[in-house]
Amino acid sequence: MSLKKSILDLRRRKEKVQKGGGDKAIEKQVAMGKLTARERIQALCDKDSFTEYDLFVEHEARDFGMDKKELHGDGVIIGTGTIYGSPVCLFAQDFTVAGGSLGLMHARKITKIMDHALKMRVPLIGINDSGGARIQEGVNSLAGYGEIFYRNTLASGVIPQISVILGPCAGGAVYSPALTDFVFVVDNISKMFITGPSVIKTVLGEDISMEDLGGARVHAETTGNAHFFARSEQECFDQIKKLITFIPWNNETKARAFPPKPPKFKGKIEDLIPSDPRQPYDIRDIIRAVVDDSDFFEIQELWAPNMVIGFGRLNGETVGFVANQPLVLAGVLDVDSSDKAARFIRFCDAFNIPIVTFEDMPGYLPGVDQEHAGVIRHGAKVLYAYSEATVPKITVILRKAYGGGYIAMNSRHLGADFMMAWPTAEIAVMGPEGAANIIFKKEIESADDPDEMRKKKVQEYKEKFANPYVAAAKGYIDAVIEPSETRKLLLHAIEVSANKGVSRPKKKHGIPPF
Amino acid sequence: MAKKFDGLVDFQVQSLKYRTRVTKKFINRKKYEEPDPRQIKSYIPGTVIKIYGKRGKKLKKGNTILILEAMKMRNKILMPFDGKIKAIHVKEGEKIPKDFLMVELE
Repeated sequence: MSLKKSILDLRRRKEKVQKGGGDKAIEKQVAMGKLTARERIQALCDKDSFTEYDLFVEHEARDFGMDKKELHGDGVIIGTGTIYGSPVCLFAQDFTVAGGSLGLMHARKITKIMDHALKMRVPLIGINDSGGARIQEGVNSLAGYGEIFYRNTLASGVIPQISVILGPCAGGAVYSPALTDFVFVVDNISKMFITGPSVIKTVLGEDISMEDLGGARVHAETTGNAHFFARSEQECFDQIKKLITFIPWNNETKARAFPPKPPKFKGKIEDLIPSDPRQPYDIRDIIRAVVDDSDFFEIQELWAPNMVIGFGRLNGETVGFVANQPLVLAGVLDVDSSDKAARFIRFCDAFNIPIVTFEDMPGYLPGVDQEHAGVIRHGAKVLYAYSEATVPKITVILRKAYGGGYIAMNSRHLGADFMMAWPTAEIAVMGPEGAANIIFKKEIESADDPDEMRKKKVQEYKEKFANPYVAAAKGYIDAVIEPSETRKLLLHAIEVSANKGVSRPKKKHGIPPF
Repeated sequence: MAKKFDGLVDFQVQSLKYRTRVTKKFINRKKYEEPDPRQIKSYIPGTVIKIYGKRGKKLKKGNTILILEAMKMRNKILMPFDGKIKAIHVKEGEKIPKDFLMVELE
C-alpha cells in the first residue's frame, strides 16, 4: 500500500469507529435529549485539544453470539485534553454502543486512562452513561468494576477525580462516582441507583419511578451523592470547567492563582446582618462580600443547606469556605451537614487549599431522629476533619458559637491558625437563656416574680458572657475585629500562612469515624 | 439594611427560638413512637408465606407466628413472650412494606 493509500485507509477506519453505534443509535441518543459521548468531550475540552487513545480496541467476548458483534471502541472513549489550558484525562461511556455496557476491554480502557492520570498527576473526569455490566461477559464485567474502584481509591487525595452522570448509572457502576471527589448530575438525564424500580417492585412490592428513586434532584437534594445539579448538559460542562479553575492538578501543587480582584460588593458588611441574633441572613452574602469579584462557587447547594461549602478566591488564590447558614434550620449541625462539611474539609486539606470557616450556629439539632441516625458519629467527622487538616485554617465567628458547635467549627482547640471574632460574637457553653436557667435556678425559683428574675439573670449572663471577650481574654480568640476589616484580615492570614509547616506523628493512616 | 426573607418559621434549638427556613427532609422526618411489644411489625418488606396462628390462639415465647420471605430468605417471626393472638392483619401470599403491622398480641 502506498503511503497515501494507507493514510486514506486510516481515515476510513477512524471514521467508521468514530460513529460509535451508528446513525440509528445516535438518533435514539439525541431523541432522549442527550449529547453523544463525542459531543460531550468536545463541549468540555478546549477546542481541538482532545487526543483519543485506544480507538481501535475490540472486545474479546465469544459467548452468546458476541463473537459476531462489532462494538466500536467497546463502548467507551478515552483520552487526554485540556480545560482552560489545564491537562485532564477523561473517559466517556458511549451509550450508542451496546448501551455503554461495561465489558472487559471497556473496563481496561477506563483503567488505562486512570493509570495515566495518576502517573501524569492530572485530574480525571469520567462521563458515565451506561446500562451497567455487560451480562454476556459475566464475571469479567465485575472484575472490570472492581479494578476501577481500586484505582479510584488509590488516586483519591492524589489527583482530583470528577464524575459526570449523563444517563443511567446503576448497580455496581454507581460506586466509582461515589468514590470520586465531585459528582455532577443533570435534571431528567442522570439516574443513579443500586437496584432499579423493577427489582424493587418485584422483591418488595414498592412502586417508584426512576426519577423519584434516583433522579438528579434526588441525589442533589436528598441523598447528597451529587455535588452539582444542572438543568442542561451545557450548564453541567460549564460547572465542571469552573470547578477545574479552582482546584490544583494534584496534591503536590497549588490551584492556579488568578489576578486579584476586589469584591463587587460595595456596601457595609455589618448591614447584611440583622441586629437581633434570632433573625436570619444569608451567609453566602457575607462570603460574597469578602471574596475576589464576589465570585463564590457553591458545592452541594441543595443538600444540607444549613451548612454552606464552596470555593472562592482571596487575592487570586483558591480558598475553601465552610460556613453555617442561619437562613436554614438556624445553621445547626446535624447528620447531613456534618458529613457535608467533613468531606469538603478533607478535600481542601488533601489539595492544599486553605480553609476559611464562618461560624454562626446555635448548636446541634435536637431530636430522636438525629440521635438515632448517629449524629454522634457523624458530628465526630467534623472534629476529625478539622483536627487532621494541616492547610491554613482560619475562623471568623460572626454571632453564635455555642457549646459543642463552638469546638467543632474549627476552634483554636482543633488547631485553627487564626481565630477572629466580630464584636457581635457570643461564645459560650450555651445560649444565655439556657445558661441562666441552670446557673440561677434557685434564685429564679425562689423569686417573687420568677419571670422577672429570669429576664434579669439572662440579661446579666448576656452582658458578662455572651460576647467574644471572655474567650479573647484566654487567647482562644486572636482578635476581635470590625466586620469591615474581615477581608483585609483574611488576605493577611493567607499571606502569613503561605509557608505553614506542621509536623505530625508518623502513621499509616488515621481511622476517621466514617 | 438587612434583607427580608420569605418562608421563615419559628425554630427552637435549646432554649431559644430562631426565625429560619426548614428543609423538606426536616419536615418529613420520622416522628418517634415508643415501640409496643404487643405489635408485631415487619422489620423488612417482603411476602407472608405461612401463618401458624389464628385469632385467640395461645403461643409460648419463641413459637413461630408466621414466615416472612424477604430477599430470598425465609424469616421466622417469633413470639416475643407467652401470649395470645389478638388480631392478624395479613394473609398468606400478601406482599407487605416495611413497618407494616402484621400481628397484634395480648
